[in-house]
Amino acid sequence: MDRSTPLLRVHDLRIGFDLPEGRLVAVDGVSFQIRRGSTVALVGESGSGKSVVSQAIMGLLPRPAKILGGSILFADPEKPGTITDIVRLPVDGREMRNVRGGRISIIFQEPMTSLSPLHTVGNQIREALELHRDVSAHEATELTRDMLAMVGFPDPDRALKTYPFELSGGLRQRAMISMALVCRPALLIADEPTTALDVTIQAQILKLIKDLQSELNMAMLMITHDLGVVSNVAEEVVVMYRGRVMESGDVEDIFRRAQHPYLKALMGAVPRFDMAPGERLKPLREIKAETGHLLADRPKATTADNAPMLAVEGLTKAYTIRKGGWVSTSRKSIKALDDVSFTVQPGECLGLVGESGCGKTTLSKVIMRALTPDAGKVTFTDETGPTDVLALDGNRLTEFRQKLQFVFQDPFSSLNPRMTVFDIIAEPLVIHGIGDPAWRREMVSELMRLVGLDVRHLNRYPHSFSGGQRQRIGIARALALKPKMLICDEPVSALDVSIQAQVLNLLKDLKEKLGLTYLFISHNLAVVDYVADRIAVMCAGRIVELAPREALFRDPVHPYTQALLAAVPDPDLDNPLDFDAVMDGRASNPAAWSAPFTVDDSHMPGFVELGDGHFVRADPAILNLRLAS
Amino acid sequence: MLDYLARRILVMIPTLIAISVITFIIIQLPPGDYLSTLIAEMESQGEAVDPAKIEALRAQYGLDKPMWEQYLVWATGMLRGDFGYSFEYQLPVSDVVGDRVLMTIVLNFATILFIYVVSFPIGIYSATHQYSVGDYGLTFIGFLGLATPNFLLALILLYFANVWFGTSIGGLMDPSYIDQPWSFGKVMSVLEHLWVPVVVIGTAGTAAMIRRLRANLLDELQKQYVVTARAKGLPPFRALMKYPLRMAMNPFISDIGNMLPQVVSGSAVVSMVLSLPTTGPMLINALQSQDMYLAGSFLMFLAALTVFGMLLSDLALAWLDPRIRLGGGTAR
Repeated sequence: MDRSTPLLRVHDLRIGFDLPEGRLVAVDGVSFQIRRGSTVALVGESGSGKSVVSQAIMGLLPRPAKILGGSILFADPEKPGTITDIVRLPVDGREMRNVRGGRISIIFQEPMTSLSPLHTVGNQIREALELHRDVSAHEATELTRDMLAMVGFPDPDRALKTYPFELSGGLRQRAMISMALVCRPALLIADEPTTALDVTIQAQILKLIKDLQSELNMAMLMITHDLGVVSNVAEEVVVMYRGRVMESGDVEDIFRRAQHPYLKALMGAVPRFDMAPGERLKPLREIKAETGHLLADRPKATTADNAPMLAVEGLTKAYTIRKGGWVSTSRKSIKALDDVSFTVQPGECLGLVGESGCGKTTLSKVIMRALTPDAGKVTFTDETGPTDVLALDGNRLTEFRQKLQFVFQDPFSSLNPRMTVFDIIAEPLVIHGIGDPAWRREMVSELMRLVGLDVRHLNRYPHSFSGGQRQRIGIARALALKPKMLICDEPVSALDVSIQAQVLNLLKDLKEKLGLTYLFISHNLAVVDYVADRIAVMCAGRIVELAPREALFRDPVHPYTQALLAAVPDPDLDNPLDFDAVMDGRASNPAAWSAPFTVDDSHMPGFVELGDGHFVRADPAILNLRLAS
Repeated sequence: MLDYLARRILVMIPTLIAISVITFIIIQLPPGDYLSTLIAEMESQGEAVDPAKIEALRAQYGLDKPMWEQYLVWATGMLRGDFGYSFEYQLPVSDVVGDRVLMTIVLNFATILFIYVVSFPIGIYSATHQYSVGDYGLTFIGFLGLATPNFLLALILLYFANVWFGTSIGGLMDPSYIDQPWSFGKVMSVLEHLWVPVVVIGTAGTAAMIRRLRANLLDELQKQYVVTARAKGLPPFRALMKYPLRMAMNPFISDIGNMLPQVVSGSAVVSMVLSLPTTGPMLINALQSQDMYLAGSFLMFLAALTVFGMLLSDLALAWLDPRIRLGGGTAR
């Protein structure tokens, strides 16, 4: 066998699911190959069949799935001259079990759930070694420790004895990677390995995988929907849509000379940093927001005395953690919000960016009065004058809710599965006693048209809608009371790229037509960049930088903002991630920020204005520093 | 861990005190006391009752004292191991209960063992072979066990035990061994009689346990970490044993606390039908005749069993599940 024999050749693979409704062909004639040591990206949206292909390679297809035809030929470099057809091996036979985990390994999307919470990390990694290698217990421990050190655990000896729930998401994914690689497989399948992680962690994990790949000389099949990730790691790309390969080739061809309309459309739907002002995303299917006579177009909102519509001042909220001793209970306080202040002008969209756990959801809950802050003030102003939101109670609070509404992140759990779409959208009207049944029916129909849904589907239940449609139902519900302002908490993070573009465009159009004001919360900088006028960057409960959109991207001042911007993978081959600049998890640690920005017990910097509405949390000395440079 | 244990034991003290107060109040709630029940009974049989004798008895048993004083006497007595005096049997409570407690513990321990031994393999089989013929068949038998009244099952089994094996009807041993010192023959006789009540009391619990294990395990089998285990190349049976089964165990361990008193009190009716020398029938009698110290001590025994069972299951959970052992307090 010469070196040109591909490591893995998938040929005309067809996989069907036998469902009560009939047979669904999820993978239909897929062919591609992976050369030794190379990286192939399998790209597609949810439901495209890309994960099913990976399950077939691992011999881990779920029960209703059947391989209908084709072959998966694996040429193991350790056994030159033999080629195994994985499709023909018994799924739980010895031969397949030796391949699985020993020669081909997989890492999954969710580091939270893919490790057993009841067994130590060391135990779970060692298990793979003991299954595939003939090693003594002592050697197994040694090898496991080496592997943990290799994936970047600061203290591998301790890591052996920790449980997965004691680790952060990034470290868990590292543990998962070391489990997959401990037997030195010839092929690693990475199934959306970074989708559940924050951008800075994502960059670290991608760098780690790339480094390990060249060190261990293994091939990789990267399954992802994120074109930014693809352009940064892949050498070859296979694009899947509805179970078929639409286009494949090397990454240069795919990104620079996309042929297939689907791929072109997918590229046009991803928000990029270098978009021209006013440029719109092009979703696969555009939806038109239609206003009616009950929900007529409204001019841009105004407020009394031109005050900001929402003013948040010095919000602070601490959670207390009780650590149990039986004589004394020590209490530790964690600040989820620390002196958070900002304003939202009428008709503006303020983007709020931050990683998970930075306090952005706590902030939105405080503004919605779902949580009570320890200190601070929230003022909402419309044409009738200012309202002190935190002082409202009883009827006045209920009345206020008509002005400020909320769009949730998860379109699956935020709609009651036992209510029809009509009942869901009409519920706010019923709660606030607005209109008679005939008027409500008309209003709900208009709201449906407003978000581009078919009025005939009003009697259906949420489960018969796709994720994007459900999110639009959620938006329609939020708009039913004709609010002045919407808080959107990660409204598109659960959606596919093309659907994301659709919903983002809809939100933009609605803002124009109805004169709305948004507070738009997201962890995705590119998304915020697309919709927001001004952007606030949040880290560890504090806003560290707040600036108009262009200023923030042109001249990011705070080290955290810089790290965040540097970590976003751009679907552009000419703008690769600078993996060397990836900070090892220190970007979000306030004590590790350099001089004028450091936040610790002795340094509590406030907000400094650099001019033109560009604020940064730093020592005032920064002004001199900037003048000097 | 020691901290946790000490704190849990400290918390048990006020709990037990509160239970003793409530128990005492509940026993006193029905109008009258043991003596008035006795008088009513004697009068209905046409016997004359001497009021002076009644008063003397009342004073002797302390029934003329205020309620709180009666409680204190009872509660402090229990601390010294003196559980009071049974009016009906004219004996100290501990002497009345004595042997029966041992028999109760033997019977119920055997029952719990039976439930676990039978339900685990069946539950695992049902979950891993969901919707197969075996699953449906075992589920059907389980439901049958759940739905059949215990006393009926008891009578049927007694009949067949007698016809097939010649086992004597009722009791936990052959009549010839009653009040005899313990011997090998007596133990064998107990074992021979034991299986009928164990099966009768255990069927419902077994059926419920099978259903719960099946449901829990089905949930766990869907989880990602099971796929991870298989992706490592672990054979299916070993993967099942090490990961999902271990996770599915938690509800059973946390159940020990509930199960102890349930099995003890739940067996009362069956014990009456089978005339077993256990504590169940005695409790019912004591409550009917307002034999307050006997009934009260029983209820306290059950309560203490619950509290102790909860402690045991909490400790076992903390030992088995690192999330409970180490995660305490880190949740928001």
